[in-house]
Amino acid sequence: MKELVVISGKGGTGKTSIVASFAAMEERKVLADCDVDAADLHLVLEPTVRHEEEFYGGNQPVVRTEDCVGCGECLERCRFDAVRMDGDRAGEATFSIDPIACEGCGVCVHVCPVDAIDFPRKKSGDWFISDTRHGTMVHAKLGVAEENSGKLVTLVRNQAKQVAKKQDAPFIIVDGAPGIGCPVIASITGADLVLVVTEPTMSGMHDLERVIELARHFDIKASVCINKCDLNEDMAEAIERSSAELGAEVIGKVAYDAAVTKAQLQKKSIVEYSDGKVAQEINRMWERIKELLCAPAATSG
Amino acid sequence: MVIAVASGKGGTGKTTVATNLAVTLARRGRTTCYLDCDVEEPNGHIFLKPEITGSTSVGVPVPEVDMDRCTGCGKCGDICQYSAIVCINKKVLTFPELCHGCGGCSLVCPEEAISEVPREVGIIEEGMSDGVRFVHGRLRVGEAMSPPLIREVKKRVPGEGVAIVDVPPGTSCPVIEAVKGVDFVILVTEPTPFGLNDLELAVGMVRELGLPMGVLINRSDVGDARVNKYCEREGIELLLEIPDDRKVAEAYSKGEMAVDAMPEWERWFECVFIRLVETIDSHSA
Repeated sequence: MKELVVISGKGGTGKTSIVASFAAMEERKVLADCDVDAADLHLVLEPTVRHEEEFYGGNQPVVRTEDCVGCGECLERCRFDAVRMDGDRAGEATFSIDPIACEGCGVCVHVCPVDAIDFPRKKSGDWFISDTRHGTMVHAKLGVAEENSGKLVTLVRNQAKQVAKKQDAPFIIVDGAPGIGCPVIASITGADLVLVVTEPTMSGMHDLERVIELARHFDIKASVCINKCDLNEDMAEAIERSSAELGAEVIGKVAYDAAVTKAQLQKKSIVEYSDGKVAQEINRMWERIKELLCAPAATSG
Repeated sequence: MVIAVASGKGGTGKTTVATNLAVTLARRGRTTCYLDCDVEEPNGHIFLKPEITGSTSVGVPVPEVDMDRCTGCGKCGDICQYSAIVCINKKVLTFPELCHGCGGCSLVCPEEAISEVPREVGIIEEGMSDGVRFVHGRLRVGEAMSPPLIREVKKRVPGEGVAIVDVPPGTSCPVIEAVKGVDFVILVTEPTPFGLNDLELAVGMVRELGLPMGVLINRSDVGDARVNKYCEREGIELLLEIPDDRKVAEAYSKGEMAVDAMPEWERWFECVFIRLVETIDSHSA
């Protein structure tokens, strides 16, 4: 079983549209949407949820006001400015926890001299296994203003692996998050290949270089797709040179086409919407990805 | 006044809006500061081209265990919620990249065997660009946690004038860190299914924080009217619609400012600013 993770560094480069197209072309795969705080793949694939579970990423302290003696030890020890003082008269103040600022470290629970702070598990999202017209998809939804996106990403990937094993599917295609932080790291560690979707702009190139560096940091082979490559051809060339220097192969150059947005408006992947140049290029890209995924690591470019 | 420029979906034009708004305000004589809190992939410097005059390393305090004093009691591992310090067979191991710096382990250690040492997670660079004070954070590649660095960038919000905060995409912890405490949130989106879906998530996040907000639709003519209808239904102010323009896209690709390629942008952004000041006033009234 081989796992491809599609990421972008910079957001809005067309990552999800390309994943949806791969999904439409390859039958023997399981999909995983790991962009858990702004997932979009379901908008194209219209999943029917078959299995649903709550996700508990951590614990959330809650002060029992009736037991609080107002000593302020929690306020003093909290490093995340998450303890609020309610009421202001000396001796009569009580304290509470701001769930948005709180990082769930539990220090307040520990230091409270009268054990007035409970530390229950906190639901921070839901995850799903669904049927789509292009096969099984594992996806998730992080709650509003929640933490622990990395743990949820890891859970989604592990579930996708189990499903792939059961279905004897040789490929897992993962839609990752933008950026280079926690959810991205959780998406790529241990994967077989990363595809970075970028665009020929200064920002695209800057973000691409950082995300390739990240893949190298975790020793994962990276490949590159330059989307909307005709927007600035000089920049596209510069990106090709820079990718080569960083050891990442440019496996596809997709021209700008209004069909990409039109397909999205009709809830279709590009390859379902049109068989034009864009669709052909994405097809070629998927063939190359399969070669890279199945090639022994030592002979890769 | 602090204005955050955010969006659920990436690539909708947050940085374009934030940098052009900052330059517009500065050119019209306001004291303006631009702070890039998208520390994973900061892009504002590409357009503002600031002269960097100062650089500061930002660290998170992580545990260092004095093995001579450690008795292997395991209390540090018990309190740590992030598996950043674990005790196996009376032996303590630390995983600094998972540490949030809460200080719990050193607090509970009965032998006082744990001290805290700073570990660099990124840097902050500051400077000036064309009348705009510039601050950004750059997360070290391989580092998972951006909130501590974002917190440090936000500490540099000046006491006077207008501060524009460029927020990372999404709706989770780094976004909350960048947005909380601001006076107004501009949500940048595009009129597509992905744009609307992610806008709805961002609106949910801003409502959770209880902040006034307005929506700006970028490339307003590439999709359909779904975002306009949503804003009307939800009673969210539509601040501006910017039509798609090849000239702007080309300027962007080269790292040039839209206000230079299209002078009318300056007038548009001045109008946006006036409207959001009115909204802040009515929100606080």
